[in-house]
Amino acid sequence: MNSTLTQERIIALRKKRSAQDLRFKYYGFIAMCLALAVLVFLLYSIFSRGFSAFQKTTILLEINYDQEVLKLTPNSTDQEIEKGKFFKVKKNALNNVFENLSKSDAKLIKKLFSTNIDKEIKNYYIDNPSVLNTTQKLWVTAHSNVDQMLKGNSRRDVPEDRRKLNDIQLSFIDQLVEEDRIQKEFNNFFFTRADSRHPEIAGIAGSFMGSLLTLFVVFILSFPIAIGASVYLEEFAPKNKLTELIEVNISNLAAVPSIVFGLLGLGVLLNVFGFPRSTPLVGGTVLALMTLPTIIIACRASLKAVPPSIKEGALAIGATKSQAVFHHVVPLALPGTLTGTIIGLAQALGETAPLIMIGMVAFIPNIPTGITEPSASLPVQIFLWVESAERGFQEKSAAAIMIILLFLFMMNALAVYLRNRFEKKW
Amino acid sequence: MVENNNTKISAKDVDVFYSEKQALNKISMDIKEKEVTALIGPSGCGKSTFLRCINRMNDLIEICKVTGSIKVDNEEIISSSTDVVSLRSKIGMVFQKPNPFPKSIFDNVAYGPSIHGLADTKSDLENIVITSLKKAGLYNEVKDRLNEPGTSLSGGQQQRLCIARAIAVNPEIILMDEPCSALDPIATAIIEELIDELRLNYTIIIVTHSMQQAARVSQKTCFFHLGELIESGETNKIFTNPDNTKTQDYITGRFG
Amino acid sequence: MFFWSIVLILIGIYSSYIFGKSRIKKLVYSTNLKPKSQYNYHAQYVLSWCLLPALIVYFSWAVFEEQIIQNLILDSFEYVEGAAYNDGLLLAEIRNVANNTDFSEGKSQEIINAASQYKSLKLTSEISFYISIIIIMILGSLYAVRKINIQFNAQDTIEKYIKYILIFCSSIAVLTTIGIIFSLIFESFRFFSQVSIFEFLFSTEWYPFIPIREGQAAAEGSFGAVPIFAGTFLIMIVAMCVAAPIGLLTAIYLSEYASQKVRKTVKPLLEILAGIPTIVYGFFAFVTVAPFVKSFGQSIGIDASPTSALAAGLVMGVMIIPFISSLSDDVINSVPQSLREGSLGIGANKAETIKKVILPAALPGIVGAFLLAISRAIGETMIVVVAAGTAANLTANPFENVTTVTVQIVVALIGDQEFDNPRTLSAFALGLVLFVITLSLNVLALRIVKKYRERYE
Ligand SMILES: Nc1ncnc2c1ncn2[C@@H]1O[C@H](COP(=O)(O)OP(=O)(O)OP(=O)(O)O)[C@@H](O)[C@H]1O
Ligand SMILES: [Mg+2]
Repeated sequence: MNSTLTQERIIALRKKRSAQDLRFKYYGFIAMCLALAVLVFLLYSIFSRGFSAFQKTTILLEINYDQEVLKLTPNSTDQEIEKGKFFKVKKNALNNVFENLSKSDAKLIKKLFSTNIDKEIKNYYIDNPSVLNTTQKLWVTAHSNVDQMLKGNSRRDVPEDRRKLNDIQLSFIDQLVEEDRIQKEFNNFFFTRADSRHPEIAGIAGSFMGSLLTLFVVFILSFPIAIGASVYLEEFAPKNKLTELIEVNISNLAAVPSIVFGLLGLGVLLNVFGFPRSTPLVGGTVLALMTLPTIIIACRASLKAVPPSIKEGALAIGATKSQAVFHHVVPLALPGTLTGTIIGLAQALGETAPLIMIGMVAFIPNIPTGITEPSASLPVQIFLWVESAERGFQEKSAAAIMIILLFLFMMNALAVYLRNRFEKKW
Repeated sequence: MVENNNTKISAKDVDVFYSEKQALNKISMDIKEKEVTALIGPSGCGKSTFLRCINRMNDLIEICKVTGSIKVDNEEIISSSTDVVSLRSKIGMVFQKPNPFPKSIFDNVAYGPSIHGLADTKSDLENIVITSLKKAGLYNEVKDRLNEPGTSLSGGQQQRLCIARAIAVNPEIILMDEPCSALDPIATAIIEELIDELRLNYTIIIVTHSMQQAARVSQKTCFFHLGELIESGETNKIFTNPDNTKTQDYITGRFG
Repeated sequence: MFFWSIVLILIGIYSSYIFGKSRIKKLVYSTNLKPKSQYNYHAQYVLSWCLLPALIVYFSWAVFEEQIIQNLILDSFEYVEGAAYNDGLLLAEIRNVANNTDFSEGKSQEIINAASQYKSLKLTSEISFYISIIIIMILGSLYAVRKINIQFNAQDTIEKYIKYILIFCSSIAVLTTIGIIFSLIFESFRFFSQVSIFEFLFSTEWYPFIPIREGQAAAEGSFGAVPIFAGTFLIMIVAMCVAAPIGLLTAIYLSEYASQKVRKTVKPLLEILAGIPTIVYGFFAFVTVAPFVKSFGQSIGIDASPTSALAAGLVMGVMIIPFISSLSDDVINSVPQSLREGSLGIGANKAETIKKVILPAALPGIVGAFLLAISRAIGETMIVVVAAGTAANLTANPFENVTTVTVQIVVALIGDQEFDNPRTLSAFALGLVLFVITLSLNVLALRIVKKYRERYE
């Protein structure tokens, strides 16, 4: 009797325990799924927002390149063309978008178009001078408000005073849609232009170039310095307090918040050494100091992995220490170092805060061509666009994030490839 | 056999410490020019340690302290003013495990001559590489694939490549630390033959665990035990009629 | 200047090398002795004596030229009585005028004068740069050549130089730290000479007044950083509430339950999460999570701020998950197998083994991991800059708007920087606090983890 009772109790307890066990396992599983779900959700929320930025809205405009209005002749020089009265041509075209427009309606119509269309009309003429005195149908860029409305990013069912476009403008747009005079096409501006105050003509070319130049500086500085430092610490350094200090220093530097590096850049590089502000040179230098620990750690690991027998072989035939190291050990450690460097560069590519400190947040409407020119960088561009009140910038920032993620992905894939391809097991 | 009496290396009271641990105790010996000297003894008795003193490879081990005197061609080498680099170019070394550079066969051999500036032109360099490979008895096997990596060779070939690499810099002395321990009997036989030929031009010191090998290739033999040099002399004598009972025990396989 | 100086230096390198080589060859030829080192080393020796001084000149010129010229210009600038000047803007204007005469239209005479002075200074500087770099290269080479002789051990010397260069490389890390400490302390010192350190550390009023217009009475701002510290702490707590359980449970699941296959796929995915730039998290927080938190708050009757601590904290937590999970994973894996087997051997099931044996054994390591994660969260910038508020607010309500140390640093420096204004300088004081705290957390964490590892070695 008693024994069956304990038996039952034991069985019950065992059941309870195994249920507990199972539950614990599920907690872990759920936690893991939660983390992955957030990842998916994050990527989804970015991609779903960003895709529309790769298209822009254009409107068909009939433009009369009238000699009289333009004040040009077929023989006009480039300079004269530059000063041609294209805005008048544009004005005429805008007035004739619909028949019999009142003055106030024409004003409203004008706001449906990008401010950039003067240039588009002019450039078309420069490319095709033969259109003088003809009427051309041209697809010109629509204003961001129109673009956003048609993409469904801004809503039309809110009260008129909370919309960027009023009811009349909406009816114009509807009419244009009906007449097939409005279309979406590939947004080349996004890839070929720098930042702009107008979302419809803002692009990432400038900030992308800035990021590229910055990464170039990071690489040029951090790669050789990291190799030098690692070689010294692995092969030359005596085991003493100073070496230990350097090592502790490097491992702690890796954990210093990036914004502090920004303060270093501002307080020392800009204020003391007088580096040029807002440039890839100073941005790259700050990021190089920041990524140095990462690369040094990778480089030291790969130097350690090279079997000492190789170095001994070189030393035994009378190579000096630095010859043995630089001719034999370093080349073998290079793939590993390069992998670490790429990972470090990927970190640097996504870094924003230190660049803000050293003034790379300025509004730069042109594409930089050198490391001493003011420029933006991709993540800072994203920051600026996220912070911007204009709705049209939101999809732009999501799209720029897509580009940056693409690059990070490619860099990491390259690092993995290098590691698998060249990693030697001794 | 032509006897000669030129002492190439003379060690006197060499002590070696690894931190606190004494690995060699008052070793003194003379090594004659153009002879093969074999170092034998049980594992851990300090043969490698002694060998590595001669070309100062012990410098690489931070905890290793060497005192006493070793003279090569009457020049002291255990001193801080010794030019280690030129010393090592004069004394080649072949390691227990073949360690070719992960480069082409050609580059393996050419590396030494090029850093020492032994060749002014490319064809000079090629000549040196080819003669060295020939001296190491490897040329015929690899002449068609000099650009393949050295690591693609077989173990025995790799070891001969390392010998070729050592002799390419024109050393006077070659140190060999158990050069055949990683090789099969046929490759071992080839290397032993090679050592016999090299003796004509080089002074050779070889560490070996094989009594037969020591008997076959060497003229002089030194027996180490627990960091001390127990006995040294003509190989014939050591192997047939040693003075010391420990030596007797060791070569007859009673311990070690 | 960049291009031509490179060309000049390259020519210098080449000719000094040839010079050195021919010199030693001649010596060998005339004395008929074997030189101690090979020809190349002698040549390299001459080369390094040509190159290094040239590089020093080049870099000091690059760094100091503009500074010096600017100071000269400003010193001799004829300030007009009564007008307000901003040195930075003034210099930019002068430079523009100097580089492009088109800009000179409508500029005042003193600016035009200064511009022409700037131009002539720039020209003088450029000419003297080229002359001095050539002279220094020639002097360097001559000095080196004089030292060359048959006995000279050039190889050893070169070896030594290489070592110096390597030492210099590894000292960069130390110099960086020194630079950080120097700049933080120096500027903080200036800050604390204007604002009392007690006010900064203990007062609850953060109201850094910035004069908006020129000449506006610069009312005393108040710089009590307590609400900032509190806001940082609040967001960090929210983040840890998300990241600690999820990260730890994920690590436990991956290391103790998951099959090899699951581990192989999930770990890289978590690494993706870790590799996403923080500005992307900021976007996510601002665009997706914050509106969600706001509407969630409304649904339970709380009026949530659009830049609530909760939104920033949640996303920051997500950012830290992979950090915690991978560190904890390492720690759990380093618990010796024997402990696991001992517990399973007496009939405990897996959950009991984990809870009663593994976690207690791994506790120090996990604490270390959490501390590192906290230091990460405190130093994180972009998420909070985008998704948290900028106004200091002393509250414990996560639906409200709070600000953090990093946000205040960015806000203080994002506009015009004036290094005599406590507003700008406050960034460095906050940076100093941030640096000290993250560094101590880090040192503490590493020490704990190290002790822990030693225990199981
Ligand atoms: N790097 C080292 N650090 C510390 N002790 C060492 C080191 N190398 C060798 N020793 C010690 O020095 C002694 C001699 O070692 P050595 O390698 O010279 O022996 P050996 O005669 O070559 O042995 P074997 O025949 O096994 O190669 C040994 O007791 C060994 O433990
Ligand atoms: Mg040995």
